[in-house]
Amino acid sequence: MDTSTALYLTMLIPIVAMAGNMVWKDQENLRDGITFLCAVLTFACVLVILSNVGNGTTEAFELFEVVSGLSISFHVEPLGLMFAMIGSGLWIITHIYGVGYMRSNNEQHHARFFACFSIAIAAVMGIAFASNMFTLFLFYEILTLSTYPLVAHKGTPEAVKGARIYLGILIGTSIVLLLTGVIWTFTIAGTLDFTKGGILEGKIAPSLLPVLLGLYAFGIGKAALMPFHRWLPAAMVAPTPVSALLHAVAVVKAGVFTMLKVGIYIFGIDFLAATGASEWLMWLAAYTIIAASVVAMTKDNLKARLAYSTISQLAYITLGMALATSMGALGGGMQIAMHAMAKVTLFMCAGSIYVAYHKTDISQMQGLGRIMPITFGAFLIGSLSIIGLPPLGGSWPKFLLMMGAADAGHLIIIGVLMVSSLLNIAYLLPIVGRGFFRPVTDTNLPKTFAEAPLLVWLPPAITATGTIVLFFYAGSIQDFLAPIVENRP
Amino acid sequence: MSVVETQHAAKTLMDHLPVLQVVIPLISAPLIVLLGNRKLAFAIAFAASATAFIIASLLLAQVTDGSVISYHIGGWAPPLGIEYRIDALSALVLMLISGIATVVLPYAYTSIKFEIPKRHHTLFYALYMLCLTGLLGMVATGDAFNVFVFLEISSLSTYVLVAMGAKKDARALTAAYDYLIMGTIGATFFVIGLGLLYMATGTLNMADLAGRIADQGANRTVQAAFTFIVVGMSLKAAMYPLHHWLPNAYTYAPSAVTTFLAATATKAAIYVLLRFMFSVFNPAFHFEDWTLYLIFIPFALLAMFAASFVAVFQTNLKRMLAFSSIAQIGYMLLGIAMLNATGLSASIVYLVNHGITKATLFMGTGAMVMYSGSAFFDNLNGLGRKMPLTGAAMVAGGLSLIGVPGTAGFISKWVLVQAAFENGWWIIAVLIMLSSLLAVIYVWRMFEVLYLTAPDEDCTATDPPLPILIPMLILAGACIWFGFDTELTLGSARVAADGLLAGSAGLIVE
Repeated sequence: MDTSTALYLTMLIPIVAMAGNMVWKDQENLRDGITFLCAVLTFACVLVILSNVGNGTTEAFELFEVVSGLSISFHVEPLGLMFAMIGSGLWIITHIYGVGYMRSNNEQHHARFFACFSIAIAAVMGIAFASNMFTLFLFYEILTLSTYPLVAHKGTPEAVKGARIYLGILIGTSIVLLLTGVIWTFTIAGTLDFTKGGILEGKIAPSLLPVLLGLYAFGIGKAALMPFHRWLPAAMVAPTPVSALLHAVAVVKAGVFTMLKVGIYIFGIDFLAATGASEWLMWLAAYTIIAASVVAMTKDNLKARLAYSTISQLAYITLGMALATSMGALGGGMQIAMHAMAKVTLFMCAGSIYVAYHKTDISQMQGLGRIMPITFGAFLIGSLSIIGLPPLGGSWPKFLLMMGAADAGHLIIIGVLMVSSLLNIAYLLPIVGRGFFRPVTDTNLPKTFAEAPLLVWLPPAITATGTIVLFFYAGSIQDFLAPIVENRP
Repeated sequence: MSVVETQHAAKTLMDHLPVLQVVIPLISAPLIVLLGNRKLAFAIAFAASATAFIIASLLLAQVTDGSVISYHIGGWAPPLGIEYRIDALSALVLMLISGIATVVLPYAYTSIKFEIPKRHHTLFYALYMLCLTGLLGMVATGDAFNVFVFLEISSLSTYVLVAMGAKKDARALTAAYDYLIMGTIGATFFVIGLGLLYMATGTLNMADLAGRIADQGANRTVQAAFTFIVVGMSLKAAMYPLHHWLPNAYTYAPSAVTTFLAATATKAAIYVLLRFMFSVFNPAFHFEDWTLYLIFIPFALLAMFAASFVAVFQTNLKRMLAFSSIAQIGYMLLGIAMLNATGLSASIVYLVNHGITKATLFMGTGAMVMYSGSAFFDNLNGLGRKMPLTGAAMVAGGLSLIGVPGTAGFISKWVLVQAAFENGWWIIAVLIMLSSLLAVIYVWRMFEVLYLTAPDEDCTATDPPLPILIPMLILAGACIWFGFDTELTLGSARVAADGLLAGSAGLIVE
């Protein structure tokens, strides 16, 4: 199969899955089976692209031109390919988990749920392979709109309110700030193609560069940079599979992925370094890292705590871009992969606890670890990866980011990263500790081993193992991503 | 001899298109009244407007290269005879008006059964065709006084069409009366302006006017004429704060009428504004750029924010969409006021795309009102789930209204903001985006009512019958289609904008 066919298939197959869900609304086994098959096929197509292209960059495949100079077109480059692999690979796992969760939890409207989920995946593929900012923006908004029904899924007043905040912030920032920035870029540069080394050099007054960067940094609301982070906790009213895939993997990663793409291919890392335009962004990202961690410590609701942890971890990637060094950008790219694997584990564990015993608050989880050792074990491994301890995948990006900070000569940033790891320990490990070592207080709980259903506990166990495996393959990921920061075109 | 005759005959069909464009709907109106049969009336009306649409498409195909067709009525050469002039701008607007008219008719056929007493049905079709004639004539003609004549034809028929909503809600009568008063004031201002122009120049042919105004420069008479014409047309275009007639007229008119008017009437008025500002007067005419900068921009911004803000608090869906229309007209005026090629093309493409978008939304609303009985949000709970295809059309229209990428509305907003950046007006660019947020709020209120509230237990609503469903889905499809394929809309708009900016030079009489 040639690369362009495979590339279009990654977007078409999820659409087929959506159609399948709408047609066979009431035959749940058939419906979920088709979606599973589609997820596997999508992943296979991404692998085909990987074997064809490796870590090279292809020419853009133009689908059609909308306005002269603006086209819907796609290309393959290492960062996008990695993002596509994460998105499609974790779709398989979260789909299995989602089926288990939705069925054991008696949620309503399964077909609508999985249909929207599939569109979101198609949008993620579009974002990953977009070869210009126009295409990326199109799919960025499709992702927002297709996840809105997922957040509002329960239909309770609380869910509607959360969905409103979710949509308001994401659409608001993207239209007012991001779109303005994109059109501005197009007006001065005459193109929006992602080009190595950026397209802005010599086109814009240095004094305006931080302003334009600001339009992008805040406009990409999905990156949850403070002060536009409120949508992430608000979106936690969604069923947990949504939180797991979309808010730990697809949506937020689409945000930081866009951030990296913009930094590397629109502004150009060297141009940013030469002008120092991103320094303010670096400090803001550092602030977000610390502040979100501190807020996370105050949250008793497990999903809310994880949401704030996500905000903090996402800022690492923005930080990597804002450092404007190649190590920083590489660290940011790697953090996308490592954090996705670890955070999806944590969210699935949270869902597993909810499915089995309907516990949402950390204070009620005393002793649960002895009843659900697999879930809590996976949670422990995921936590350690977030904290960044070897031998877990999460340690490498932190290492690279620290090197990047040293390259840029910002020693304070190294301090920030260390403090952040300590804070991570402070808000993640007590959950595990409570689970394993405190006595069971809730008398309704069983006394012996009683895990959540198989389809619910197995996926987090797989991804937890994944974080360990990734530790040993970090070198190849780094080599894979290396071309994005190489200076020669 | 016979050879010459044949050649003449062969040329005739294409040559007469500009006048056939107006004459065919014009003749159909009395025909409908004379035949007096309801079904036949519909067939004639539909055939006539479909023909008009085909003619408009043929005309557009001839002028997309930037050329101008000049047609002399009765063979009398202008400036003495009446001239019809078709360029890319007029052809595009003709296509919008006749296209919407054609699509709305099958919908009207079903929906007026609920809204208009049966004995008035043939009259409805006759008036509808007269209104269409007027709007098409305003756009096709190259004679200033002819514009006034057609303006009156369309306005008078519109007043009656609005009043026909009285069967359902007697407030349609006061709405029509309001519109009558305001519309007449507007038309009177316009004709006073024309009188002053005639006094100053002694001609009424637009091209001729342009030349003579340029010769004599700006004197007080010409300035007064300009002012009267702009104010008069702004009233017809519902430019804020002259919009008072619009919300009630749109709310209480029969759904089919609202759909047709919202997509075409104000657009034709904006066309006339464009024509006078750029083809008759010259933008370099000092008085005019002051008018644009000091009056149009503030009022356009005010419309974008104030009208959208008011729309957010409406409890009636039709009324909300009406206020949204006022706000959207602000964007179009803003594009004109930017006085550059991109801004003008933004304005023109906005006019077309918004026409399609609003037609979709009003049609969807009308289909829902057929079941719910009223357009109040409280009566529309959960109807999006009960009527999935109608709901989908409303979603497409709503997203296009916001300007989400992949919809027609996005293209118009993109070009408009680009024009602002080209002028270096970044504050305006940000304000355009900020006002879009208000659109997000009111559109989302609609979505929440349609999808997130539970429908009544005994709600029997289902998707409407095919004559309503097909036009609605065509329009909804167009909202999406023109978000990707902009050759027709933006392409023609760019040619049209270049033609306008070339000013009166492009309008020299052959």
